[in-house]
Amino acid sequence: MVKEIERHGLPVVHMCTVVPISLTVGANRIVPTVAIPYPLGNPALDPAEEKELRRKLVRKALRALQTEVTEQTVFTD
Amino acid sequence: MSKFRIVHYINQFYAGIGGEDKADVQPEKRDGIVGPGMAFRGALADVAEIVGTVFCGDNYMNDHSEEACATVLEMIRSYQPDLVLVGPAFNAGRYGMACGMVAKMVDENLHIPVVGGIYEENPGADMYRRYAYFVPTTNAASGMRKAVPEMAAMVKKVLAGEEIRDGYLKKGLRQNYFAEERGSKRAVDMLLKKINGEEFVTEYPMPVFDRVEPQPAIKDITKARIALVSSGGPVPKGNPDHIESSSASKFGKYCLKDIDDFTPENGQTAHGGYDPVYANQDLDRVLPLDVVKEMVRDGEIGSLHDYWYATVGNGTAVASAKKFAAAIAEQLLADHVDGVILTST
Repeated sequence: MVKEIERHGLPVVHMCTVVPISLTVGANRIVPTVAIPYPLGNPALDPAEEKELRRKLVRKALRALQTEVTEQTVFTD
Repeated sequence: MSKFRIVHYINQFYAGIGGEDKADVQPEKRDGIVGPGMAFRGALADVAEIVGTVFCGDNYMNDHSEEACATVLEMIRSYQPDLVLVGPAFNAGRYGMACGMVAKMVDENLHIPVVGGIYEENPGADMYRRYAYFVPTTNAASGMRKAVPEMAAMVKKVLAGEEIRDGYLKKGLRQNYFAEERGSKRAVDMLLKKINGEEFVTEYPMPVFDRVEPQPAIKDITKARIALVSSGGPVPKGNPDHIESSSASKFGKYCLKDIDDFTPENGQTAHGGYDPVYANQDLDRVLPLDVVKEMVRDGEIGSLHDYWYATVGNGTAVASAKKFAAAIAEQLLADHVDGVILTST
């Protein structure tokens, strides 16, 4: 899906937990997430901390969308 | 002659430990057969014996792959096997990846053959096919009865040291063989067929890389229009479009104008194959709507497309996913969206 949307002319950031799958399917901008059942959260945290974690991940995704890439890139930091 | 020794790698589900709620279990080993190994016993009886079974939760294997693989490798090594059997994983993505990772570890460290079973579209197949003789299976576990004899036959061939040319997903390795006719003759024959418009089969197929060039970056996100898409199955409570929990045949389009935060009352996941409890408690964990809305309000993001799009990635055919994405992209372009956040579970 990532690849097909990008093929239509839109930059896509793929937020996912199993990065090797994302690399195999051909996403160009990849942001690794927390865990398979809760990629953008963590039930072990209190709600405020969890939201902050999510905010950081989304900010990272926005940064990825604003970064020029020439090849598949995993945004880890 | 003593029988060959086989170690079987399976996941927590086939080991009878549990489903998604147990997908975090760490690697364990058991002497002898566990689960599907039983079906292989008859088929392998005269040649080989499953001396040990190693299993691990699929989430644990994928989330802690380095550490989990190292442990699994030591457990396998402890049985001094002649061959390692993995799966069959069918189209279970994480299980397929796990089988592939195990195959790679065994191939590179123990230098013994690995035989597995996997559906061709499983992401693990593409990534790890070169490390094992992966017999192609159906996409669902209902194909077990067909997969077992085929995998067992492959095990026997490999153990017998036979030359194996087909019956598995090509590893992409070159094999030497003696051809009847010399290369120049074969090349000219092929050329003549091509000129005559006849069918011919190349001896050296070019790899197909279906890659898409990265689109240019968004210059200023505070002026950009963003859309949210997910293959993790985030849908309004009740799953109004009845998106299937696996092998989805459709995607949904849902208005997000009136939702600022997901709660157990307004959202859920339609996705099967992972524990839905966390997503159903708070769907923001799959589709980060709450923070995205706040960021739009605070000016961190220019604007948000009024709908989110969701399907279920679990076992869904690549062709279907492509079709959904093309339809979604058309709608996004019509609304002048500049960039997409796509989440997966």
